[in-house]
Amino acid sequence: METTISPPRIRTWLNDFGISAVIAVVVIVAIFWGYVTSPQVTTAVLASTLRQSTPLVLGALCGLMGERSGIINIGIEGQMLLAAFIGFLANVYTGNLLLAVLAGVLTGAIMGALLAFMSVTLKMDQIIAGTVINILAFGLTGYYYQQGLTTQGKLLPISLGPLAEIPLIGPVLFRNPPITFATLILIFVIHYVLFYTRWGLRTRAVGEHPSAADTVGINVYFVRYTNVIIGGAIAGLAGAYLTLEAVGSFERAMTNGRGFVALAVMIFGKWTPLGSWGAALLFGLTTALQTQLQFGGRLAIPHQFIGMLPYVLTIVVLAGFVGRARPPAAIGQPYETE
Amino acid sequence: MTREQKPSDANVALGTRLRRTWRAVSIPVSSVLLALLIGAIILAVSGSSPLAAYSALLKGSLGNSAAVGRTLEKATPLVLNGLAVAFAFKAGLFNIGAQGQLLFGAVVAAAVGFGVSGLPAVIHMPLALLAGGLAGALYGAIPGALKTYSGAHEVITTIMLNYVAINITDYLANGPWKDPSPGNIVARTPRILPTAEIPNLGNIPLGFFIGAVAAVLTWWLLYRTTIGYEIRTVGLNPNAAHYAGIRVSFTIILTMTISGLLAGIGGAIETQGVVGRFQPGFNVGLGFDAITIALLAKTHPVGVIPAALLVGAMKAGESQMQFSAGVATEIIDVILALILFFVAADRIVRWIIRTRATEEEQVILSTGWGQQ
Repeated sequence: METTISPPRIRTWLNDFGISAVIAVVVIVAIFWGYVTSPQVTTAVLASTLRQSTPLVLGALCGLMGERSGIINIGIEGQMLLAAFIGFLANVYTGNLLLAVLAGVLTGAIMGALLAFMSVTLKMDQIIAGTVINILAFGLTGYYYQQGLTTQGKLLPISLGPLAEIPLIGPVLFRNPPITFATLILIFVIHYVLFYTRWGLRTRAVGEHPSAADTVGINVYFVRYTNVIIGGAIAGLAGAYLTLEAVGSFERAMTNGRGFVALAVMIFGKWTPLGSWGAALLFGLTTALQTQLQFGGRLAIPHQFIGMLPYVLTIVVLAGFVGRARPPAAIGQPYETE
Repeated sequence: MTREQKPSDANVALGTRLRRTWRAVSIPVSSVLLALLIGAIILAVSGSSPLAAYSALLKGSLGNSAAVGRTLEKATPLVLNGLAVAFAFKAGLFNIGAQGQLLFGAVVAAAVGFGVSGLPAVIHMPLALLAGGLAGALYGAIPGALKTYSGAHEVITTIMLNYVAINITDYLANGPWKDPSPGNIVARTPRILPTAEIPNLGNIPLGFFIGAVAAVLTWWLLYRTTIGYEIRTVGLNPNAAHYAGIRVSFTIILTMTISGLLAGIGGAIETQGVVGRFQPGFNVGLGFDAITIALLAKTHPVGVIPAALLVGAMKAGESQMQFSAGVATEIIDVILALILFFVAADRIVRWIIRTRATEEEQVILSTGWGQQ
């Protein structure tokens, strides 16, 4: 039956990936053209794209871990912010970067546990639960914030030997700071876990039809708790990226909406890790180009209009693509055992 | 929903009525108390005196008539934004964009306030108010239209539109509408003309009463008109509403428009009654406070007034608290987050104060991403 690829399958494929394929082709042509005309700028923009996309793809991974198991996480922003702050403080007071990253990840996991407690155990409205996390993180970081603290060093780029010497690809892919590398690995790990392991199958079953999953003996609460906590830890890594790898200091509300943009990235990526990565790269590219335009001084556009590009892009992407993607069926609904 | 019209209501004994009132307010009141208690613990753990902090807070918000005026002033945009969020909740919509809609209302009211001259105050003041409201309404209509025509969930689009609004209003106050007076280097519009100002009666800002009237009108619209009935039906069950012949798409866009109108009026009052011009950067985070207020009021329009007064009092007293007790103002955000937590996690509160849920307490909130 499945030996020949029939026309409908091609049409389905076009429907599923057509737009992404068109975007990919355009981007590849643009990169090629850019590299031929001005190699330095192109390399810089692409390297910046990858780094800008790191917190977004991590946020999206956090979101999809939750949503694949049926829990909406609108609190990614707050999880990132608090983790960024705690990671920052840990570094300020211990001077140890690894410990600081771990502190950030742990903070994210605790916030994940809080979200799971509110939405699984208390059966709160999940969007309210996320909002609680966002306001709480905003308030706590503001309350304990002290001016003038700086980190003791930040995570520096590592070159992967001869690979880093390849023109264009080398500096972009093989010379990066540790969290950016870890993110690249994490994308594939979560893809594998979600689609090729027993745990992934259980997670998706719980997200699509919790009562059916319950009937075959899957502990719905346990699966949801675990996924949301792991998701929180990933958001924590994104927070650690912001203070320990990207900026080197903490500022109030420094997440600047990235946690929300990450949700759009997740939807654009159709709730898959690889799709989210592609979407995050697209967002990273706009941010990188935005920085290039702003500091290159090539355009006479007020900076506010350049500054709102990622947010406008988020809206356009949602408006254009959300109808085509199908979210897990059971998201947003608390599960009651009978 | 129709319990207001039960004829037996008049004959209900006082005790029963008191018990019913307690049941209606027990969750919000206990939530506030629990949040204040945990706030006190946080203060004590981080080395501040909760008693000093809270008494300074009280003094700064209710201590004298100027403080009361400040509380009312702070509460005014909160009433209107809380109404905006509560109103949208009734149709099952989650409007986190009240802040963006407020910003547009504030900047457009300022533009009409300084740009239009030669009008008497009776016309100029309401004109600027209306213009601000309409700006907010149009900005609120966008996420409504995006939801109905493309399915983009309003939670993300309204948050994104907040960032867009911050950028656009910042541009306006820095560019075309910047105060041209010599020596001005900050981003702000010129001062509005005296004819566009909303005056104070002594220490009492008149704007607060506009907010209170808006709350009563919103209640009337929701519970006494066909449109309100349709909005509530869409909120309870969009499918049933559709089969009952209600135009669901139209209702969603209309709800978001009215929600934006309320938030926009809030911004206009802020410009015309408090600041006197538009200056970027004010009221950051107000959209999230509005969610807390709407839920504290259990999304009831008139309940928004006391809820906003409470939050307004905290905002009015926070600088006094920082000044005389040395406590960072952000503790208020922590307390507000805790209030939101307890109001939404009513199971915990019920378990603590041992009351049972009543049917009328069930508040319909938003649904997941997928459903439209």
